[in-house]
Amino acid sequence: MKRVYAKEEACVGCRLCEVHCIVAHSKYPDNIIKAFRKGNRPAARVFVEENKPVSFALQCRHCEDAPCTRACITGAMHRDYHSGAVINDEERCVGCWTCIIACPYGAIRRDESGKKVAAKCDLCSAKEGEPACVANCPNDALVFEERQ
Amino acid sequence: MDYVIIGNSAAAIGSVEGIRQIDREGRITLISDEPYHTYSRPLISYWLAGKVTEDKMTYRDKNFYEVNNITPILGVKAEALDLKGKTVKLASGEAVPYDKLMIATGGKPVIPPMEGLDKKGIFSFLKYDDVREIKEAVSGGKKKAVIIGAGLIGTKAAEALVKLGLDLTVVELAGRVLPAILDHRAASIVQGYMENMGIKFELNSTVAKVLGDSEVTGVVLNNGKEISCDMLVIAIGVRPNTDLVTDTGILVNRGIVVNDKIETNVSDVYAAGDVSEGYALIWDSVMVLPLLPNAYLQGETAGRNMAGEETVFPGGLVMNAIGFGDLPMVTAGIVNPDSGEYEVLSNADSENCSYRKVVLRNNCIIGFILLNKIDRAGILTGLMKEKADVSAYKDRLLCSDFGYIDFPEEVRKSKLGRGAA
Amino acid sequence: MGSQGGRARNWADGRGEGNMSLNYSTPEFIIERNNDRCIDCRVCVTQCANEAHIYDEEEDKVVSDDMKCINCHRCVVFCPTRALSVRKHPLEYRENASWSGHDINTIYKQAASGGILLAGMGTGKKYPIYWDHLLLNASQVTNPSIDPLREPMELKTFLGRKPETLKIENGRLAEKLPPQLELEVPIMFAAMSFGSISLNAHKSLARAAEEVGSFFNTGEGGLHRELSGYGKNTIVQVASGRFGVHSEYLNAGAAIEIKIGQGAKPGIGGHLPGEKVGPEVSLTRMIPLGSDAISPAPHHDIYSIEDLRQLIFSLKEATNYEKPVSVKIAAVHNVAAIASGIVRAGADIVTIDGFRGGSGATPLRTRDSVGIPIETALAAVDSRLRQEGIRNQASLVVSGSIRNSSDVVKAVALGADAVNIGTAALIALGCHMCQKCYTGKCNWGIATQDPNLTKRLNPDIGARRAANLLRAWGHEIKELIGGMGINALESLRGNRLMLRGIGLNEKELKILGIKAAGE
Repeated sequence: MKRVYAKEEACVGCRLCEVHCIVAHSKYPDNIIKAFRKGNRPAARVFVEENKPVSFALQCRHCEDAPCTRACITGAMHRDYHSGAVINDEERCVGCWTCIIACPYGAIRRDESGKKVAAKCDLCSAKEGEPACVANCPNDALVFEERQ
Repeated sequence: MDYVIIGNSAAAIGSVEGIRQIDREGRITLISDEPYHTYSRPLISYWLAGKVTEDKMTYRDKNFYEVNNITPILGVKAEALDLKGKTVKLASGEAVPYDKLMIATGGKPVIPPMEGLDKKGIFSFLKYDDVREIKEAVSGGKKKAVIIGAGLIGTKAAEALVKLGLDLTVVELAGRVLPAILDHRAASIVQGYMENMGIKFELNSTVAKVLGDSEVTGVVLNNGKEISCDMLVIAIGVRPNTDLVTDTGILVNRGIVVNDKIETNVSDVYAAGDVSEGYALIWDSVMVLPLLPNAYLQGETAGRNMAGEETVFPGGLVMNAIGFGDLPMVTAGIVNPDSGEYEVLSNADSENCSYRKVVLRNNCIIGFILLNKIDRAGILTGLMKEKADVSAYKDRLLCSDFGYIDFPEEVRKSKLGRGAA
Repeated sequence: MGSQGGRARNWADGRGEGNMSLNYSTPEFIIERNNDRCIDCRVCVTQCANEAHIYDEEEDKVVSDDMKCINCHRCVVFCPTRALSVRKHPLEYRENASWSGHDINTIYKQAASGGILLAGMGTGKKYPIYWDHLLLNASQVTNPSIDPLREPMELKTFLGRKPETLKIENGRLAEKLPPQLELEVPIMFAAMSFGSISLNAHKSLARAAEEVGSFFNTGEGGLHRELSGYGKNTIVQVASGRFGVHSEYLNAGAAIEIKIGQGAKPGIGGHLPGEKVGPEVSLTRMIPLGSDAISPAPHHDIYSIEDLRQLIFSLKEATNYEKPVSVKIAAVHNVAAIASGIVRAGADIVTIDGFRGGSGATPLRTRDSVGIPIETALAAVDSRLRQEGIRNQASLVVSGSIRNSSDVVKAVALGADAVNIGTAALIALGCHMCQKCYTGKCNWGIATQDPNLTKRLNPDIGARRAANLLRAWGHEIKELIGGMGINALESLRGNRLMLRGIGLNEKELKILGIKAAGE
């Protein structure tokens, strides 16, 4: 399946991926200003790690043997059989954070902007085409592709 | 192929999903003495506290049995096994034949001997029915409760009951709360936090006697102290529910003994979850690991083997994520090392209830506790699992922003760049 | 463009600024933040190497410091809500026709520092741009124009010495031609050293040159080992500092260029300060880590045309007479005579850089007052070489503010064989012309060696954009010459009848060798 990969030599640490991730997962996916200003701003599901000059964006790797889905106590964390993506059903998530201790990439985040839920990359399954972080990376430091 | 699964919780569901990864056709019969659609055991305290509604208790979607082509027999107890004839005898009298059998009967509460256990108002805290009874009792006017046990079950029960407005005392035999998963430092922070929530603790104590005529009116501790209450919740822990296999020839130690394919000593019979023992990483030994992620993984491994795909159980990890109010914590592995061969790194900010401790042995992580700032804890779990040598970035392990940036470049790139991660 | 900096002298910018009790400097620009649009996402903070944007933690707000802004547009382009704009600061001095704000401000700077004023890129003074006073011809009725979409068009250009006569036997050339550079478009990337620009900028240009069939020029900083694979599209430069020059280097490229001068700083050497000489630059230039790289103003072995001839032939010897040798000079007053001498000294290509040419760093007063325009220099040199009957002995390459494809066509009509683009190439890579190359803090990752900044130029993107520019100009050149009824650029070369002057006086028309519009 296609995953998002970072090219750290091209990452400029601007964090536009985080900004657009927030927008894509907000109530206003088409309006960045409203997404940031109106109501609860969701947590970004991609995060830039930086220790200058190195930086890169990291998000869920959608593991084949996803430890988070096995650890999830409610069944909210599951694999979508159509896309292969690991998705958290935020309706069923109770924010117990077992997935956080299970994820070897540290790619799941606590989102306490509303009801406590584990926030993670869903490859922007709600929209067509590339995930928002990839589409909005100004320096092609994120790619969405299939790798062996 | 006839698969029969006794149980309806994480290990049982893991088995179903393991089987179905390999075999979409074989018949699966799932037997449980509980009448409910598969539900999440850990959610019972959330349900009791009103944080989760009935419809959100399910561990899998409502159509799970249909989608996976399973025949559920719910609310009927599996009473006996005929291993020679390969059938499971049900309380209804029916005998269900199997080609492959999964025993995932879970655990049952540990009830220590004490006087007065026959009284009304004494509850366990393990199953959906337990909390339903508790809720009914509370709505019936119960005001004061004593919980025995300040472990994972007892503390979560306490959090729920205090939220329901009960006057609450937790009695714990050990000298600290959550003794199995926290050290003194963390436990005192957590205890302080829970005391602020209104929970009282009696440590280094146990209940010697339950007072009352037919109904509980109080308890007497082993130190002689008397606490009045109208409810007693016994939440000391669980032990493997091996009743079904007693005297069947299936080998039982503390739990049912299984090999690395989760198979018992009897061919075609598997056992997973709280009822069984399993190989534990870090400890490098076999033990009962009554934790949901472990149960699921054992079940899944067994399911794949039952369907003919040889799969080895990688070993279970002791890891827990638990939280009270706004204080989350995660702990894993050995957190209270008892000898000098360990190296302990820690820092604390008690004011903010923050604490971070990492235990190392030969430069490998073997345990950790994170309090409050728990983000990205799984990176530590991952390192622990793969026994990575962390000496190159040891000084960063205690930083709350510890991450992949701290790994050597080639390690980071190979982990983040691979395809089928 | 050569290396950054001028000399180990006292500069008025940055370094060497004294401890003044009161700094008379005022902001040049004003950062306008539309607070209705700003979402305090801090992207601008991450991108400004000058720290003009600051996140105020206490207020949880992003604020700006106009004083630090150099107007590079990095923040404006990156702002996801388009909340930012940068404008010229409205502060004005009391009007005085003799004393502009710029004149006054430079005095403040020098009074504070006691140093030489530095500048980046080409001159900003309002000298006439002759390209804009030249008009191209087009065919009507008698000599039909050619549609490049329907007819084959030829832009292929060969640079190098052409023989006096061609000897042909059985329809084939009987004698080997002198070495030639083969260009698919008559546009090359101007010399810009690794040191003055980043390795990623070099990679971008090298890859674009390979893709399109042109050349990039190392400048005087040597050739980084990662670029060794681009040899057939590389021109290696030998300048007064001889940095990174060795026999392998000379043989690595397709041609060698001897740099005598640069349009932005005729008569001046170069100075790359030690702090920019990191491990890679040090290795490539073959100088100690952290040492200043000083290119002397003259070549210390060239004091005459005869000396130059010696160097040209030394280089030809070193490369087995297989590579054309170019000599690059700045356009100065007697450029025609100098070019004639260069051709007679044995150069295969003469490269002339006009006074509007760019630089990573040049003394402001030199940049703004020394040299002559490339248009007049080109016309003078081409005429002179023709008059002397030696025009075939060398190709003419011109540079110094070639801004678009029509500038290229006009240059070819005036007599150039090809052009070099430096500034235009960098703009294609993302340069926003803030002209602060010499600070080493290029926010676009071009004129910097700071690893935090160099990664901002992704060579995959840079190569694509630079190649696109060459292709786009190639298309436009075909359109323009097709309109004149010409299907091969060769037929336009030195064809000044295709040009007319507008708004030029008699003397200028004479020097350019063209008629006035309507004539």
